[in-house]
Amino acid sequence: MGWYNKRLAKSLWVFHVSASPCNNCDIEILDLLTPRYDVERFGIKLVGSVRHADVLLVTGIINDKVAPRVRRLYEQAPKPVFVVGIGACPTSRCCFKESYNISPLRETIIPVNLYVEGCPPKPEAMIDAIVKLVGVLNG
Amino acid sequence: MIVQAVFDVFIFPGVLFTAVLGLMAGWLDRKVSARFQYRVGPPLFQNFNDFFKLLGKETILVKSGVSWLFVAAPLAGFAVISLVATVVGTALFSGRSAGADLIVVMYLLMLYSVLVVLGGSSPGNVFSSLGAGREVKLLLADELPFILVCLVPIIRSGYQIKLTAILAHQSEHGLLVGSVSGALAFVVGLLAVQAKMALPPFHIPEAETELVAGPFMEYSGPLLAFWKLNQFMMLVVFPFLLILLFWGGFPPAGLGVLWGVLKYLLILVLMIIIKNTNPRVRTDTAIAFFWKYLSPLALAAVVLAVLGV
Repeated sequence: MGWYNKRLAKSLWVFHVSASPCNNCDIEILDLLTPRYDVERFGIKLVGSVRHADVLLVTGIINDKVAPRVRRLYEQAPKPVFVVGIGACPTSRCCFKESYNISPLRETIIPVNLYVEGCPPKPEAMIDAIVKLVGVLNG
Repeated sequence: MIVQAVFDVFIFPGVLFTAVLGLMAGWLDRKVSARFQYRVGPPLFQNFNDFFKLLGKETILVKSGVSWLFVAAPLAGFAVISLVATVVGTALFSGRSAGADLIVVMYLLMLYSVLVVLGGSSPGNVFSSLGAGREVKLLLADELPFILVCLVPIIRSGYQIKLTAILAHQSEHGLLVGSVSGALAFVVGLLAVQAKMALPPFHIPEAETELVAGPFMEYSGPLLAFWKLNQFMMLVVFPFLLILLFWGGFPPAGLGVLWGVLKYLLILVLMIIIKNTNPRVRTDTAIAFFWKYLSPLALAAVVLAVLGV
């Protein structure tokens, strides 16, 4: 499995799950693909179909409306798949934690492997998170 | 004889050689594209990592679809592309014809597009069905100029359809691209090949901004790996075919090897440049472009070839 995990760590294809975000985190994610940060250096590629994905980037507050959809997207992704919560919303619910339509604990919806804190997190923070994920995969 | 054939198909000009070279060509594609956008680009063995990673992922079969067709299409496509690679490669590298001529090559390349259509329409997903439909339209658009272009070397080499005969004619009378009809046919052929590979500006079936991933949307794991591998192998097969038809193949000795590598890189980089400097065209624009402009041009090349210019 070690050999396979190394291959996986070098080619993480990322799928973007927008679970009712304010779009700030999404813009910062797209920053990662620009010449300044260029995560294709690490083999990371943004894919359009969840069937091709290795990592789901979940942005936004997961409320009652999108929770079943997020769950379904996770089930549609081919395993092994990792889930990264991007931003303050999936991490600590930010300013929406008293809101009436917040879903119960996000761990009951999808198993999140990694959280990136920030509102929105800097691209450097996201690269750091991915490097940690790669480190775990490499053992 | 059988050992030779097995070696041809599975190792040297066939599967192994074409796959490795294709993955490297795919890396060149991504790297040059990245440099076009002032990025650094992926590391050298990125496509190998992608391929082996996809082989180990879960394969998901869609409940509503036709499962056997869904599974069979990428594997049949792989077989088709490997066969074309073998036929073209044996003619180029060892000067033998592997029991097939240019007509078979044209037929197999068309069959590949049909397999993409079948694979795309089998899961019953809306986006992949739309992608399959667009692939049909693209096939209708590019097939006529491609066939006309293939006629030019046939006519110029004295109505011979054997790949080795076309090569032999060029080694005697000079490269076809040096003549008027050959140059015209090469330009049309390059654009038709761009459409046959569904590279930008003709990535109408895949159109990731509107159709997600087109016909390949529902594919995951090893089956997707085979589709990707087919696309990378086409980066070898089509330039080799163009080199064979118009650029006189690879001379086997001395500086000829270097010259052959340069020919291949030149055609590949030309394709990548076209890919990176053009936005996607609409379906009707693509069909109009091929039928109104390129087909008459290719027909003119055929007429010139008959006249012997």
